[in-house]
Amino acid sequence: MAVIRDMMPAFELFRPVSVDDALQLMARHGEAAWALAGGLDTFDWLKDRIKRPEAVIDLGAISEMRGITADRGGLTIGAMTTLTEVATSPEVVESFSLLSMAAFHVATPQIRNQGTIGGNVAQDTRCWYYRGGWPCYRAGGNICYAAAPKAMNREHCILGAKRCVAVNPSDTAPALIALDAQMVIRSAGGERVVAAEDFFMSPAVDITRMTVLEPDELLTEIRIPETWSRARFYFEKVRDRQSWDFSLVTVASAMRMSGGRVQDARIVVNGVAPRPVRVTEAESVLIGSPANESIGLAAGEAAIRRAKPLRHNDFKRPLMRNLIRRAIRGQEA
Amino acid sequence: MAEKTIGRDIAPPDLVAKVTGRAKYAEDFRAEGMVFAKLLASPMPHARVRSIDTSEALAMDGVFGVLTADEVPQPGAPNEPALTNEPLYEGEAILAVAAIDETTAADAIEKIRMDLEPLPFVLDPLDSLRPDGPNARLDGNTRIGREVQTIKWSEEDFAAAADGHMPVGQPGDEWSYGDVDAAFDAADLVLDETIVHQSLTHHPLESRSCMAYWQNGKLFIHGSTQSTARTRAAIARGLGLELHDVVLIAEYCGGGFGSKISGSTIMQVPALLSRKIGRPVMLRITRAEETYLGRARPGFQAKAKIGYRADGRVVAMELFIVQDNGPYGRSGDFRTAADMASLTYQVPAMRFGGVSVYTNTPPKSAQRAPGGGQITSMLEPIMDKAARELGIDRVALRHINVPDNDGVFGPRRRGLTSAYVREALDRGVELFGWEERAARSGQRHGSMVTGIGIGVSSFVGGSSGFDGLLMIREDGKLYVHQGIGNLGTHSIADTARAAADVLGMPWDRVEIVWGDTSRHLPWSAVQAGSQTTHAHTRANHAAAMDAKRKLQEIAAGDLGGSPGDYETGDGRVYRRNDRDTGMTFARAARRATQLGGKYSGEELPEDINAMTVTSAQALAGEGLMGVAKDTYPHEGSTFSFVVGFAEVEVDFETGHVVVKDYTAVTDCGTVLHPRSLAAQLYGGGVQGMGMARSQRWVFDPQWGVSFAKRLYTARPPGILDVPLEMKWAAVGIPDPQTPVGAKGIGEPPLGAGAAAITSAIADALGGRCLCRTPLTADMILAAVEGREQPYGPLETHV
Repeated sequence: MAVIRDMMPAFELFRPVSVDDALQLMARHGEAAWALAGGLDTFDWLKDRIKRPEAVIDLGAISEMRGITADRGGLTIGAMTTLTEVATSPEVVESFSLLSMAAFHVATPQIRNQGTIGGNVAQDTRCWYYRGGWPCYRAGGNICYAAAPKAMNREHCILGAKRCVAVNPSDTAPALIALDAQMVIRSAGGERVVAAEDFFMSPAVDITRMTVLEPDELLTEIRIPETWSRARFYFEKVRDRQSWDFSLVTVASAMRMSGGRVQDARIVVNGVAPRPVRVTEAESVLIGSPANESIGLAAGEAAIRRAKPLRHNDFKRPLMRNLIRRAIRGQEA
Repeated sequence: MAEKTIGRDIAPPDLVAKVTGRAKYAEDFRAEGMVFAKLLASPMPHARVRSIDTSEALAMDGVFGVLTADEVPQPGAPNEPALTNEPLYEGEAILAVAAIDETTAADAIEKIRMDLEPLPFVLDPLDSLRPDGPNARLDGNTRIGREVQTIKWSEEDFAAAADGHMPVGQPGDEWSYGDVDAAFDAADLVLDETIVHQSLTHHPLESRSCMAYWQNGKLFIHGSTQSTARTRAAIARGLGLELHDVVLIAEYCGGGFGSKISGSTIMQVPALLSRKIGRPVMLRITRAEETYLGRARPGFQAKAKIGYRADGRVVAMELFIVQDNGPYGRSGDFRTAADMASLTYQVPAMRFGGVSVYTNTPPKSAQRAPGGGQITSMLEPIMDKAARELGIDRVALRHINVPDNDGVFGPRRRGLTSAYVREALDRGVELFGWEERAARSGQRHGSMVTGIGIGVSSFVGGSSGFDGLLMIREDGKLYVHQGIGNLGTHSIADTARAAADVLGMPWDRVEIVWGDTSRHLPWSAVQAGSQTTHAHTRANHAAAMDAKRKLQEIAAGDLGGSPGDYETGDGRVYRRNDRDTGMTFARAARRATQLGGKYSGEELPEDINAMTVTSAQALAGEGLMGVAKDTYPHEGSTFSFVVGFAEVEVDFETGHVVVKDYTAVTDCGTVLHPRSLAAQLYGGGVQGMGMARSQRWVFDPQWGVSFAKRLYTARPPGILDVPLEMKWAAVGIPDPQTPVGAKGIGEPPLGAGAAAITSAIADALGGRCLCRTPLTADMILAAVEGREQPYGPLETHV
């Protein structure tokens, strides 16, 4: 049968007004259900007729999934809160500016107005083989086209590849991991809370999923503990264009200093692996040392030691090293 | 006397409709009983249709019919049909389905069973030139003259090139002038560089959607096109119709950049499908389809060998260009590129060779400064390298080479109408602050290294010999009929200023008639090649002079004296020495109708085009007609010039480039409309910056399919990628070979923007020219870090 792309087919649309209703719908439709947040990831899939859900469950009318509330020095952010709201919320800006910076670096103002933080962390990869409908491992097939000898894989991974070499495209994910955020997941069967660091799926575990979310589960809110409130933060996203572009490499870090030395730190990179990666190799070099250029360089080198580039993405090694270096020494070179 | 309109900022008459959304573009039209069409596109880069079974699709409710390649005109090879049974690139349209709505049409496409036989394909032109390399077309890999032929180079040709350098073999085209070898021998410095310029899609915001229906054998077609008169002619020719059986409505165009010069071949699909099923058919082209059907700039793989005298004067040049032609027709970019190189640097001895090679990539067409854009952005950093090696200022090197009014170019050593490039350089040096900035070149602050760039861009700026047609009606207004298109450049209004000023007519009493071929339009230039400003200020000037003579004759006949005693202005024709003696244009129009003959268009000049004759005959008797063919002298070729200056900062830790500042100075003759000129200088400059930096077109070499088919993967520049404020200036010296003095300016800004960036990046890298586009962060970082480049030196489509 012939293939046609870029034309959305018909589907049944539901607009529940409560999480419970949404979860019931998810349970009822099972694998045929699709949870729709801002639609920026969803609509591309639907328009290309590659993902063909029968029931699209639009979460946009669920008010309990929106908003930012202060919570014992930390914050609770509804998954359907827009990226603009996250980027501009005074609470986020004051205490967790790392997250507001990350949200501000997503795409464009229009997309940030429409896109949600839940959608941003749960979005699918942008590997253009997979998004083009190629029957790869991630799509349930038995090959990775992007790792083939002649493949165009400039934007693919240098770390953590396991059959699939796609990268996680989220800008907010590394910031949430650096802030040790907790992801609240609900299903008709109840609630579970997963650390942001454990929320993202390795292809070694399940190659067809980007997160631990099961088909009947929803990410409903994100809790940010007080732990890293007003810490020393660094966020940088390197991309080909300064708007409407996914990152080549992103770094997000949080540091606590004491007596001129780093007391504690979390450094996370994205765009280099199938999931956002906490670079413990760099953290261990850093903790107990001053946050300066030479420590930064050493930490950056340690972080890329295990990196294995594909044919066209060797540049991600120096880029990742340098972003970690910059995160450690701070904004000014 | 009304204030002259030329040189003033006057908003074009379609502005409000555009910004309020009232303007209707092709896909906004509806007609009684209209249905929608969708295309079935080839999933393979080259294949043959073995069989198609549409029975299940046709059996669906709401499906009205299918149009196949057997039902559309199949022009002779190597020209492009609207639908094909032998797709030559991924995304090429094989058939179309019409249905009650697009959802049904798309579902119907999925019900079609199609058996395709894969055929050999090639993406990289050099692969096709290899002795055993595949051909993109079954009948050959290049066109020589009118014939499709095959050129293969020998293994020795490829082996002779040093590692990573451009190989050179048998050309399909070549020319030379001067004693090139002797000039190289005498040169103080010879640079020999390999350059790779990408192919890239046009990406107009409005895709080439089209709606068509038939009434009484006449085709009514709403399309998106750069030109009006010439698009109707192309549609009629393509479908074998008489000109008068085609009514084209195309009042607005959401950008073309050369991809919609005379509409699009795909416009045949709704027209023929509509005729077949007896209903109006709308074909909306999606963004993904636009990247396949929407044309692209041909890429180059080239060798540029340039000889210099110690003072920086270019003494010899050898250019060998392998052009990625796509699968159809033949692009002239590579030849134009050689002409532009010859012109810009006034090369005294030059040899050009090249082959335009068919590839299984989307069809190519002119893209804003075709050929000029590519070669300018590639050669300017090489000029910088020469200046560096010779120890001379980079502006000084341009100064000594660029053309003036005595300039000549190309193998036939043709002359120019005017060239004030040195004046533009001088003005730019001052406006940009060259001295001060050049002193900052290479300075490092933290990880940021400053680069200063300069780009001198030449491109064609005008044709002549078209018709002007205007009416002064009994309401006293001047109606300027325009057969050119409303491309978005304002030339639809700005070229009418020539007529207003000849007659001294206040602008608020000038009406532009355009965009609908049932409104009696004159034969006009294609709205391309930066021709329009020049060609149609001339044509409208000629028609207005004709009207003015008629007004003078009518006034003299009624009021006494001789025609030469009368002047026109403010909507009146009056006696020069007695302003009270005269008559309004309204009265003159009534008199013209009464007098008939030439005055009202009953008698027409013999040299005007048949289309203008038909239009004029339809308007005859409705007032005073001005109609004339532009026969003003035009000796030599008309070129416009833009000099671009850029300051960038290159982040040596990330490869990221920030464009801090951009200044463009032009020689485009008399300035018609300053604000519109600024829009061209900035818009073209930004498009060039995108071409140099971020926009791309990527194919999988194994499977021959494209990836950069959405705006987010194709990456044209956004507003955050360009300087917040840019500067511009114009030399403003009238071209002596045209009555208004204005030359075209749509295209040369692109090369200036692109070259200023490639030059500035090379400058920041200490003079290292990567000699390719786009120059992305990965390549720059690899260069800074001394790592291997991410792509081979001749690799394309990355």
